[in-house]
This record gives sequence, C-alpha cells and structure tokens, in this order.
Amino acid sequence: MNSKKWDKVATGVLYFIAGIMILILAFLLIYILVNGLPHVSWHFLTSSAKSFQSGGGIGVQLFNSFYLLFLAMLISVPLSIGAGIYLSEYARKNWLTSLIRSSIDILSSLPSIVVGLFGFLVFSIQAGLGFSILSGALALTVFNLPLLTRNVEESLNTISESQREAGLALGLSKWETVLRVVIPEALPGIVTGMILGAGRVFGEAAALIYTAGQSAPPLDFANWNPFYIASPLNPLRPAETLAVHIWKINSEGIMPDASQVSAGASAVLIIAVLLFNFGARYISARVYRRMTGGQ
Amino acid sequence: MKNYTADDKYIKALDPNKHELAIYTDDLHVSYGSSEAIHGVSLAFERFKITALIGASGSGKSTYLRSLNRMNDNIDGTKVTGKIMYRGLDINGPGINVYEMRKHIGMVFQRPNPFSKSIYDNITFAPKRNGLKDKNKLDELVETTLKQAALWNQVKDDLHQSALALSGGQQQRLCIARAIAMKPDILLLDEPASALDPISTSTVEDTLLALKDDYTIIIVTHNMQQAARISDYTAFFHLGNALEFDETSNVFTNPKIQATEDYVSGRFG
Repeated sequence: MNSKKWDKVATGVLYFIAGIMILILAFLLIYILVNGLPHVSWHFLTSSAKSFQSGGGIGVQLFNSFYLLFLAMLISVPLSIGAGIYLSEYARKNWLTSLIRSSIDILSSLPSIVVGLFGFLVFSIQAGLGFSILSGALALTVFNLPLLTRNVEESLNTISESQREAGLALGLSKWETVLRVVIPEALPGIVTGMILGAGRVFGEAAALIYTAGQSAPPLDFANWNPFYIASPLNPLRPAETLAVHIWKINSEGIMPDASQVSAGASAVLIIAVLLFNFGARYISARVYRRMTGGQ
Repeated sequence: MKNYTADDKYIKALDPNKHELAIYTDDLHVSYGSSEAIHGVSLAFERFKITALIGASGSGKSTYLRSLNRMNDNIDGTKVTGKIMYRGLDINGPGINVYEMRKHIGMVFQRPNPFSKSIYDNITFAPKRNGLKDKNKLDELVETTLKQAALWNQVKDDLHQSALALSGGQQQRLCIARAIAMKPDILLLDEPASALDPISTSTVEDTLLALKDDYTIIIVTHNMQQAARISDYTAFFHLGNALEFDETSNVFTNPKIQATEDYVSGRFG
C-alpha cells in the first residue's frame, strides 16, 4: 500500500476512535438526563429529603453542595494562586523546587477516598471539627489544591519570557511585572482551570463521605446567623452534598422512590457539572477579550 | 575559520572633554555559570549619538548590550565584573536600585513584545505605574511618543484597539514608543529590525535617526548596511571581545584591524 492509502486508513481509525469517545459521552448524558429529568421539578429542587416516605427532594443537598464548593474555593483559590506564582516566577531550579513539584504531583494523584479518610482523621477527629462543612471544605482543599496550583503555574508558564522582559525593561519591579503583565495575560487560563476545578469539586463524593458527613439535617432558611445550628451558613453542621446523597441512596436508601430520587439528583448533578464546563469556556473567552483590549 | 587574536585591537578613545559620554564600561566581564561570554570590554558611548554593535552570532554583542541595563540579572548564574559607569555611578554597585536605573536606560528587544493590552495602555502602562495620572498628560504622551515612533498617523483613530492586531513593524515601533514614554537617557536596541520586512526596517531606521536628538542610542545589528546607514560609531565584536571601535565611516572604509576588514567586506570565517 502506498503512503496516501495509509494516510486515509490512519485518518479513518482516528475518526473512529474519536467517534467512540463522543458516543460514550452522548450515551451517558442521554441516559442520565432521560431517566432523571422527568423527576426534576421545582418541588424536587427545593424540598428536603425524606428517609422513609416518597416525595423527598434534594433542596438541602443542593444548597450544601454549593456552600461547600464556595468555602473550598475560598480556601484553595488564594493558596493555589500564591503557590503557582511562586513556582512559576520565583522558585529557582534546585532540589527544593523539584521536591515541591513532585509533592504536588503525588498529592494530585491520591485517590479521593484516601483524601477523605485523611480528612476524617485529621480534620474531623484530631482537630475536633467532626462531620462538618468545614472538615469537608478542608478535605476538598487537599483534593483540589495540587491541581489548581499546577494549573496556575502552567498558565503562567505559557506567557512568553519576552513579556516579563518588556515589563522589567520599563523599570517595573519584578512583582509589578508579575502582577500587572503576566497574571492578566494568564488570567483566561487560570480562570478556566478554577472553574473546571470547581466542577470536579462539585461532583466529588468520596472525599466528603467521612468529612462533611452523610446526613443533611433540615435547614432553617429564615435564620442566616452562622452560629445557629440549623442556619444554612453554619460551617460546623454536617452537610450531605448532592453527590454523597446519590451514593447514599444507592447503597442504603430505603425510601420507596429511591431510584427516582437518585436519577433526578444525578441529572441535576450532571447539568451543574456541564454548566461549569461551558461557563469556563464562555468566561475565559470574555476575560481574554477584556484583558487584551480587543472588542 | 581564521583565528583572530584579541591582542590585535583598536579601540578609539573618546576624550571626555570633547565628547560628552552617556555611559561607558571598563574591563567588563560577563559569565553565565562557568563559561565567560564577555572577556573584558571597555567601550565609551557618546551622548546623542548612535553606536552600532556588530559582529557574528555568538560574538557577545547582545550579552554586552543586555548587561548595560542589567537584563542579564534575570538569568540564573550570571556574573558580572568590571565597571559600567553611568552618571558617575557603577550600575552594578551595591546602592543601585536596578528598577530605577532601568527607567533611565530603556531597552527594545529583537522580537516585538507589546503587552496584550490596547495601544494606548501599552504606552501609558509604565508611566502610570510611575505616578503619572493626569489624563491630558497621558493623552499627550501617547501622541508625542507615537509621533516620534512614526506610528501616530496609522493608529490615531484606533488607540484602544489591541496592540496585538498591529503588524510586526508597527508593533516594534509601538515598543519603541513605549520605551521612550519613560523618557530614558539611553535607549538600547537588540536587533530591533531583524524580524521585520525591508519597508518596516527602513521606517524603524528613520525613527531612530529622528530620536538621536534626544536619546543616546546603542543598537546591536546583524545588518552591516544598517549600521553604516544610521550609526555614528561602530564597535566590532568577536568571540566576546570588542576588537575595533571607531567612527562608523572609519570602520567601514578604513578598518584598522584585519578581523574587522574581513567581517565588513564579507570575507569572514
């Protein structure tokens, strides 16, 4: 066979592989949405779960997921930006830096159940935080921080060295150059990574089972005092999230409509994760336009 | 390749009483790690003149230029000895604020490197950081620097478009405008036209000739016609040494050193 034919065969094989990927994704999405969406209603999204009767919703779990995500990002975003800037702009090439880099890589490849059990031992037991949103947020930080840090570092690394030289040659200090030249240019990449990280955190279950807990006590949405035990904002209350809820219903749910609740919750979860992904693209494109002064 | 000895050199001394010196180096050595790139170069640069640094690739001319405003500081393992005297101060001295020094000694690089901001912001960015807030003064600065860089007429209606939308030659002139917006004493240019087409190159050259009235210009170039066209003085670099330094007309028509003669007549190597 000549090279032209081989080229056609190779192209065909690659299309076929790509097609399989798309089919798997499409099958999963359609299956989950078709099974789940009929159970999603305003009532389902806002009412609290029921343990023994049918007709329970996921309102509390949905709120818990977002609140936990917010707290986890509140802790991990500044830390990862600081660490990423250090690694990309300030760290010298020596054994200490490579030690930090390998630690981050190992940390990022830990299975999330291991992170969860670590969080259980350290945050819930040792630190006395019990099953709480705070324990969960800290465990999610451990889970998320390495990936976010590497994302920040890599986004900064893609900015050409000549941009840094341009800033320095104008008499800007190194920090001014990093803050006002390099970071703005890297921002679309950083933001994309943060939102995708948020999507990953939102769907995480294993790291939360033993840290944020598996119970969702009813919340009093009329009382926003963070020290009140039933307040939605109380960071020390146990808080089952949507993903944990799905896991729990499927392993030990005894309500009559368990499979419907599970399907509906899965649909909501997957829609939320999809929104994070599309949001990442949209927002990073907007940030890029703003930062480059384009129209 | 012929061997030219570094002992055979001709460095024209500029009498400080007759020529106002902007900057000079005395026995400057620059090394990266364990390898020395510049082996003791002593050159003086006259104020409001253009000095060209010529020489083959790897001759050390860019390294030398970059040491004049300490851009090599950013490369790990760089070591500089000898003196670089600017206004009576050694810029490598302990009391020198390197960021302040670079406001006086600006630089334009080989590849155009505008910030990914608008044309207006590219120019006003550093002056703003330096405390210039007045809108009218900033507008005026943008206009005068773009005029000096021969870019005003092409962009005046669209100052807020992205600098990345400009052509390569326009970007490089924007970088020159950005550098002179800081009103430096000395402008260092590292092969500023090597990535440009002939028409853009000639515009950049005209720009530099016009800037000579207000700035001391030191330019590294691979292009000998360019050096001959625009410079007042020329220094010829070879393997980390400056072998010849003289008025440009002498270097090109009556070089004192065999190596220079071979290089400018194209019989080098």
